[in-house]
Amino acid sequence: MRYRSQKVAYLFFATCMLLFSLQIIYGFIMGFAHIGWDGLHSVIPFNVARATHTNLLVVWLLSGFMGAAYYIIPEEAERELFSVKAAVVQWASLVLVSVTAIIGFHLNWWEGRKFLEIPRPLDYLVVVNVLLFIGNIGITAWKGRRFTTTGMVLFAGLFSAALLYLPGMITFDSQVYDSYFRWWVVHLWVEGVWELIMGGILSFLLIKLTGVDREVIEKWLYVIVGLTFISGILGTGHHYYWIGAPKYWLAVGGLFSALEPLAFLGMALYTVAMSRKGGKKADNRIALLWTVGCGIMSCVGAGFLGFAHTIPQVNIWTHGTLVTAMHGHLAFWGAYAMVVLGIIAYAMPQMTGRKLYRHWSAEWAFWTSNIGMLGMTGAFAVAGITQVYLERRMGMDFLAVQEAISVHFVGLVLAASLFTVGIVLYVWNFIMYGLPTDEALLDHVTPEIADDTVGAEMPAAM
Amino acid sequence: MLSKSQARTFFLGFTVLFSGVFLGLTVDTIRQTPARSHEDKLTAQVVAGKEIWEANNCMGCHTILGEGAYYAPELTKVVERRGEAWIKIFLDDPAAMYPGRRQMVKYDFTDEEKDQVVAFLTWVGEIDTNGFPAKPDMTLTGIVPAGATATAAVSAVPTHAGKPPEAGAAAPPVYFAQVCQSCHSVGGVGGAVGPALDGVATRYTIEKMDTWLQDPQAVKPGTAMPNLKLPDATRAELVTWLMSLD
Repeated sequence: MRYRSQKVAYLFFATCMLLFSLQIIYGFIMGFAHIGWDGLHSVIPFNVARATHTNLLVVWLLSGFMGAAYYIIPEEAERELFSVKAAVVQWASLVLVSVTAIIGFHLNWWEGRKFLEIPRPLDYLVVVNVLLFIGNIGITAWKGRRFTTTGMVLFAGLFSAALLYLPGMITFDSQVYDSYFRWWVVHLWVEGVWELIMGGILSFLLIKLTGVDREVIEKWLYVIVGLTFISGILGTGHHYYWIGAPKYWLAVGGLFSALEPLAFLGMALYTVAMSRKGGKKADNRIALLWTVGCGIMSCVGAGFLGFAHTIPQVNIWTHGTLVTAMHGHLAFWGAYAMVVLGIIAYAMPQMTGRKLYRHWSAEWAFWTSNIGMLGMTGAFAVAGITQVYLERRMGMDFLAVQEAISVHFVGLVLAASLFTVGIVLYVWNFIMYGLPTDEALLDHVTPEIADDTVGAEMPAAM
Repeated sequence: MLSKSQARTFFLGFTVLFSGVFLGLTVDTIRQTPARSHEDKLTAQVVAGKEIWEANNCMGCHTILGEGAYYAPELTKVVERRGEAWIKIFLDDPAAMYPGRRQMVKYDFTDEEKDQVVAFLTWVGEIDTNGFPAKPDMTLTGIVPAGATATAAVSAVPTHAGKPPEAGAAAPPVYFAQVCQSCHSVGGVGGAVGPALDGVATRYTIEKMDTWLQDPQAVKPGTAMPNLKLPDATRAELVTWLMSLD
């Protein structure tokens, strides 16, 4: 850590840990309900659990992105954050808005639009919150001593994400427009500008961890985010096949979605190639593991599994089935959850001056959570494909099919338990790090930390 | 070899180009949507139904146009599949139709609200969705004769109302096919929630059947059979037809 103000990232990372844990609990409620154990139905019906599960995901990922930006932008701009106070206020309001929204869901207060369930009055607070955030890192970057590609791509991603939140706030009478513009938020976030954020964070991590020349890493960052937008913008079309939009979206969406895996394949090759070039220098092996893991798992989950069901001929059968849940889980985990866990794994030793990545829990957290998530993806795949054949292609009744596939949800819950073990280990490791301290600043270096500095920090400055 | 500035030009150039194409296609989509979604039929009642749909987060369990959650059935074509009458009775008490099975929240909608929900679902069902949801394309051969309702043989509740196969029997009233048959079977076609109604005329008299349909709870307290609040004419039609099943 180079600047005192970077410590503020800790608040956001700790929030990630808390909300992520809650998200998993709600996931279990839904998993059990699918098995038939819906004892909580009268208190937390499925739609409440579902809205809570997905919104907690969005909020903890955003919280992670914000923490990452507060950590990365000062270092890239080579100055203290413009205002730490504003960052703390922004953090507090983010927590307040999300807690209010989550409680609201339990009281039937929501917008009822998939992924954008947060009630309208809170949307305005989100806007204020995000403006505060963008302003703070924007001014920091602007007043900084240098403009780096990594910093700019990260900022551009966050800024566009804020801008793209707005189409989701327009009210439509027609379900067709409602759906059409809802995807401007959801799709253009996760298959568009969030990839800029992801690319920016990965680029920062690779520069720090591998010591490969910044120019090389950032050149490929441009190529990857270029591929993202070539495929991702018109790839929105795969959400427009069946909502009442014109038929040409089948061709446009099908073609450009088929290109979407390229961007994620790029991420995978990028992380693997750079770590091969300079990974041995990294002392913090765990952060590198999450970085490379993120590249690879996003390629499988978002790239390959996404491709597998966005072809129109397949999608007409799989659309709106558990196949979507299969893709969704591995995609969000591989691309976004892992990049946030990666930056946290990198930043915690930097902020606290401790080296707990050498503790056994750090490595076990990585492997158990990933194996668990792959198991969950498999369970969703079997359940989803069976549903497609029995219900969609053979015409069996919905509920009869659901009862037939409920056994796969036992498998899902078992895999999810393994996943949870991994996440508990990660959170435990996070807690063991303790609070960030100024003693971890690079001018305060103790000999122990100096090792790390030589390994990971010096080449980046060259 | 690619330089960094070339890479930047590649990124910015394609981003601007494809954003432009995307906006162009959006303009065209907005031009075509009114006709494809018959916007002229988008009445205040439909909009009110959409508001109920959203206020209760129906998408948190169901899908519509394939979007939502995967815990409850796809509803794009539900009016075509179930009919208005069935949907309204179901909404009154979802558990009554599927006792002991996956549960839906009981919302206690007023008659006006139920009309609005049905109006919304009807409107959605008529959108030109490019063929979604596709009709099942694999038959369950070997389980039921071709042409009969395939679903009835393998599931407790049919998705399509079938006809009783006995030769000579009059076709069932529309209400029977739409509502009663989701729980009761005749000639092996229909649900298994309530008893099969083959030969029911030998077990009931006309008066007994009529009293039963008026208020099942009064005749047999605790029965799972809901009070369907049938109009007199519909009840008379049902009694007449049921008493022909001997």
